Amino acid sequence: MPEFETDSNLVQEYKYGFFTDIETDTIPKGLNEEVIAIISAKKNEPVWMLEWRLKAFRRWQKMKNPDWAFLDMPEIDFQDIHYYSAPKEAVDMKDMDPELLKTFERLGIPMGERDALSGVAMDVVFDSVSVGTTHKEMLEELGIIFCSISEAIQEHPELVKQYLGTVVPPGDNFYAALNSAVFTDGSFCYIPKGVTCPVELSTYFRINAADTGQFERTLIVCDDNATCSYLEGCTAPARDTNQLHAAVVEIVALENADVKYSTVQNWYAGDEEGKGGIYNFVTKRGHCRGRKSKISWTQVEVGAAITWKYPSCVLEGDGSVGEFYSVAFTNNHMQADTGTKMIHVGKNTSSTIISKGISAGKSSNNYRGLVKVVEGAANARNHSICDSLLIGRDCSANTFPYIESEDDSAHLAHEATTSTISEDQLFYLKSRGLSEEDAASMVVKGFCKDVFKKLPLEFSVEAIKLLEIKLEGSIG
Amino acid sequence: MSYLQIKNLHARTGDIEILKGVNLEINKGEVHALMGPNGSGKSTLSSVIMGHPDYEVTEGDILLNGESILEMDPDERALAGLFLCFQYPVAIPGVSISNFMKKAVDARHPEGKAPAGPFLKEMRENMEYLDMDKAFANRGLNEGFSGGEKKRMEILQMMMFKPSIAIMDETDSGLDIDALQVVAKGVNKMRGPDLGLLVITHYERILTYINPQFLHILMEGKIVMSGGPELVKTLEEKGYDWVREQIAVTA
Repeated sequence: MPEFETDSNLVQEYKYGFFTDIETDTIPKGLNEEVIAIISAKKNEPVWMLEWRLKAFRRWQKMKNPDWAFLDMPEIDFQDIHYYSAPKEAVDMKDMDPELLKTFERLGIPMGERDALSGVAMDVVFDSVSVGTTHKEMLEELGIIFCSISEAIQEHPELVKQYLGTVVPPGDNFYAALNSAVFTDGSFCYIPKGVTCPVELSTYFRINAADTGQFERTLIVCDDNATCSYLEGCTAPARDTNQLHAAVVEIVALENADVKYSTVQNWYAGDEEGKGGIYNFVTKRGHCRGRKSKISWTQVEVGAAITWKYPSCVLEGDGSVGEFYSVAFTNNHMQADTGTKMIHVGKNTSSTIISKGISAGKSSNNYRGLVKVVEGAANARNHSICDSLLIGRDCSANTFPYIESEDDSAHLAHEATTSTISEDQLFYLKSRGLSEEDAASMVVKGFCKDVFKKLPLEFSVEAIKLLEIKLEGSIG
Repeated sequence: MSYLQIKNLHARTGDIEILKGVNLEINKGEVHALMGPNGSGKSTLSSVIMGHPDYEVTEGDILLNGESILEMDPDERALAGLFLCFQYPVAIPGVSISNFMKKAVDARHPEGKAPAGPFLKEMRENMEYLDMDKAFANRGLNEGFSGGEKKRMEILQMMMFKPSIAIMDETDSGLDIDALQVVAKGVNKMRGPDLGLLVITHYERILTYINPQFLHILMEGKIVMSGGPELVKTLEEKGYDWVREQIAVTA
């Protein structure tokens, strides 16, 4: 009898499943033009922004929730969601609500003065609002703008107007349209010409309030010859109802710009029966607009009941480079349908895709990706590696690699493997004195190595630790 | 009392009984060889001693230092001082040798963590002794290794883990003469009062490098003949048919 099976009795604890009891300013459930006007008014937005939202909303009303991914989920009642919830006390870095500060401490996020010297500038989005950005002054000296998108709309309307919705247009897809109508906060980064951002820019997203959707909007613009590395992390309380997180992230890379975007997604994934958890429906896209620009996505997805996202690159500038490195772990009843799109438009563009999917429990974990080479995109190159690892017998993994090439000069290579953690591997490692858990964890970490080494160092340590915790519950 | 005692061991996989009453005793400081024709149960014996989940012990016992190990998991057996040199070591892609070795050495360290300096020094010395390139330590464990590299890796582990009883499951099979000599060199370095060794082999060849004090012949799941070094020579000359005749005579 093989000893290696998933055990649903072993439930690992979700460390971030607590709720912070603070007074909030929450608008009633429901979605209509009035609600959008209220959100816009709360943010004191200019008229053009409200009009932009309403236009998106009208588009959205005509759209249908897509069903092509065959995800198993109940119909979402979009009228049964709060579209805005914010801590009541105005929050400012200097006099933050002590409850909030405590929350961030528990989440391991440095927000106080004491930590201001660490090498990460942090923006934190709590439910619908950004509650503080660190390192602002130092960044300002370099001309770097790193603030909440709400603030950017007020303070830098010309930049927002110029770039917002140019990578992910409001009508791009159902959830992008919804986000464009109701987005409440998110981060904005602008790195001016020739500047290399000296710290990691980071946003931490926290869903706290119940029945609230989080619709964050992030816009990153890297001007000519500029470089930045951006990190994103997320958690939410454990609740037995599902919550929607529908974000849009847009990246613009101008000539010779280099943007690295890393995510550790650890939303609450529901319990072992599949009750509750976050629906993580996200549109992330980067536009390599300038020559020789580069956008690199690295994601470690270990949470959320359903993950549905495809961080993509449109490689328009000649010689531009797109990268996608992903580890997606699913357990219990989690579903992940994730991958990337690499659209080769310019000449001599290249892209790399490395995707590692690990499924345990009764979860399903799909890679879905598109490599497209349009006519005239001479000498496009892509190399894709999509590997799946199964733990136990009740989970599934699928790979859907789509390739469309309209140019004969393209060089496209695709490799895919599906394997299980073999009994022989476990026996071998155990016979060397490693426990079953350590043995399995070692096999999984080895499997993910190619992706982990792409993460910024500190993040990589955190991601490995997180994966270890997640594995504890899946190996019995 | 011998350090490793195998008593009337019966084991099966599925419905097939493979070991049908094996008796064997090995003490520290002793080198035993186990030979037998294909399908006699040699590899099964090593897997059962190490606790492979595919095999079920239906009768008998295995005692290490006087304690039954049948209820112990393979990792517990390893930490109790058993080591198995695999015939076909599996690859663990992406896990570097140095990382793996550190974890395994840590597991044996009383404080759960071996100091990195002495560990690295010892590993480097042992690798040098086995003619292994330093850069080898960064490779994925058994990933893309040649047959000889895999076996050296097994011997390296034995040298690092310092077991009290080591079983070598056909470590010599598929090795060219150079690799065989390196393996023998490693084994002979390990030989001594602290290690009991069971060398399972198909060929007499390795036994000319590792001179065992005892030879046992396994046939159809039982040890049918045991003897001293002279038996190796006789077996080499007369073959298993002679053994079969001898059993028939005594039976």
